[in-house]
Amino acid sequence: MTTSATHSPGGRAGSLWREVTQHGLLWPSVALVVLLLACGVKSPGFLDVTLRDDHLYGQLVDLLRNSATPLLLALGMCLVIATGGIDLSVGAVMAMSLAVSLTYLDGAADPSSPVTVATALALGLGLGAVAGAFNGFMVAALGIQPFIATMILMVAGRGIAMLITEGQITTVTSPPFKSLGSGFVLGIPTPVVIAVAVFVLVTLAVRRTALGMFLESIGINREASRLAGVKARSTTWTVYVIAGLLAGLAGIVYGAPTMAADANNIGLLKELDAIMVVVLGGTRLDGGRFHLGGLVVGALLLSALERAVIIFELPSQTTPLFKAVVLIAVCVAASPYLRGRLRTPRPGARGAQRPVEVAA
Amino acid sequence: MSRPASLRTRLAALVGVGAVLALGACSSSGGADAGSDGGSGGDLIRVGFSQLGAESGWRTANTESVKASLTEENGFDLNFVDAQQKQENQIKALRDFVAQDVDVIAFSPVIETGWDEVLQEIKDSGIPVVLVDRTVDTSVEDPFVTWIGADFEQEGRTAGEWVAENAPDAKVFELQGTLGSGAQVDREKGFNDVVGDQVIGKASGNFTRAEGRTAVEAALQAYPEMNLIFTHNDDMGLGAIEAIEAAGKVPGEDIQIVSVDGVRDGLQALVDKKFNFVVECNPVFGDQLAELIRKVVDGEDVPETTVVEDKSFDQTITQADVDARPY
Repeated sequence: MTTSATHSPGGRAGSLWREVTQHGLLWPSVALVVLLLACGVKSPGFLDVTLRDDHLYGQLVDLLRNSATPLLLALGMCLVIATGGIDLSVGAVMAMSLAVSLTYLDGAADPSSPVTVATALALGLGLGAVAGAFNGFMVAALGIQPFIATMILMVAGRGIAMLITEGQITTVTSPPFKSLGSGFVLGIPTPVVIAVAVFVLVTLAVRRTALGMFLESIGINREASRLAGVKARSTTWTVYVIAGLLAGLAGIVYGAPTMAADANNIGLLKELDAIMVVVLGGTRLDGGRFHLGGLVVGALLLSALERAVIIFELPSQTTPLFKAVVLIAVCVAASPYLRGRLRTPRPGARGAQRPVEVAA
Repeated sequence: MSRPASLRTRLAALVGVGAVLALGACSSSGGADAGSDGGSGGDLIRVGFSQLGAESGWRTANTESVKASLTEENGFDLNFVDAQQKQENQIKALRDFVAQDVDVIAFSPVIETGWDEVLQEIKDSGIPVVLVDRTVDTSVEDPFVTWIGADFEQEGRTAGEWVAENAPDAKVFELQGTLGSGAQVDREKGFNDVVGDQVIGKASGNFTRAEGRTAVEAALQAYPEMNLIFTHNDDMGLGAIEAIEAAGKVPGEDIQIVSVDGVRDGLQALVDKKFNFVVECNPVFGDQLAELIRKVVDGEDVPETTVVEDKSFDQTITQADVDARPY
């Protein structure tokens, strides 16, 4: 990060202060911590995590579990956004994948056998990948604008899910499948384990290989990167497939605890949540640089906001307003304008004071 | 193929005539002009039914019930159109019905507003309208002859009365449906009219299992003293069971659950003693609708509103009752 500060009154402490305030994740993280602490004050015990029946239990654990779905969606969305695209279909893909998995289980002779569950899982993920490949085809091969291209599945996908479930809410009983959403691995909720594993995999894939750089270069200038030898088309295609696959996984993880394929409601408006998480995480919508670490903070903040409304005993009518207020605050605080103001503190006034606090 | 069918049609028509005569005999005043404007004498009653969509198991059961009741055997020629939850589809269907000059138009409007023009057209054509399940907000005068559906407010009140009687000291958490929907507003009002002062907190679960679960997880923390959940539908209640069990409590005992709907999964939870009381929201009112349409065609006086009979169930329900549930 290049800083062109003219004043550096605090020496090392000053540069630390600068680094902290310039970090894109500062304000989302601050909001998250403040929110959680406020919940803890309002409702004692909120921050407690206990061991119950050999697994972790507590509001924070629930929060982590509920963050898994938005995180999975946002991971795919972030890669797509890095290439300068967007994927509006992820919510509908969630519904499709869950529908095909549960419908298969419903028709299977023994819904609880491991093979059946594995097949159901593979079908769901496969359908997600196919949906992603379709999006990728529209965007990369046909050159349709991503917003429009993915809107097709956003609308049609729910219809396809309805076709799969024949308009019914398909419910099945299959403990192994259910445990994908509500089970525990070594005391940690399975969705959290899945989300962390996927996060690590994606991070390694984009940061330990050149893929991440390719994505950013495509997002910044597709034509220039193509001329420089980046396979823009196949790379773009790949990220849509990844986004579709992760959306399918998110749908299964989200729907598994209740085992009900509700084609109308599963994943409804989740694409907007995913975009919000990406933006909260400090990635700009116009492509180029992206921050995977920020997604974790963004997903946690989103879940914490929804939970805080109930903890603060606010009526549910105010949930959107409450979300909006926090988001506006975070976005304004992280805006280039205010960050610019923080970068060059007025001489003597704040720059000299604050570093002491940070260092203390 | 055609011969037996036409024979059956005639038989059905005869049965229809018989039914009309019987009804005419029962009603003292309305019988006079029944023959003139009905046209039901020789033919089947031609009904155009526009269903709003198939958004839930409840709606599907409702559709099946309507189709099963408005059959040729019962004296109806049903033209059933699914609007797939789009108003424009529904308006188009209604216009088609006018063009076909059906005897009666029945429909469940997707939303309340935006019907002025098409309702005026129907009115000008002289076809009577029967509203099903939902209602409209329109400037057209006398837009429909009658309405049939469930009384959500009564459902809420029935649930409230059970709580008042069986759990008068319970601390109630209310799990609301999608905010602003008729079912949420009216069930909440009915319930709160009876036991409003027992309600310590409310949150919306958007009528879905997953969000019902999330809301109850948080509510368990925010309202540790709660020991009864009133949920606006079964699905959210089923999500609540998940959350309660995850918290190491026993649904139905530590935290009682009172629900509205009575879908099979909900009744199963009742048999499993995880729900305590379920107020039915009965979708199977095709036969009542058929009766109503016959009366409308015969020009009989019909009540402005017909409330579908809702039953309610407690834990005395048996597995056989659940298995017999069609939806």
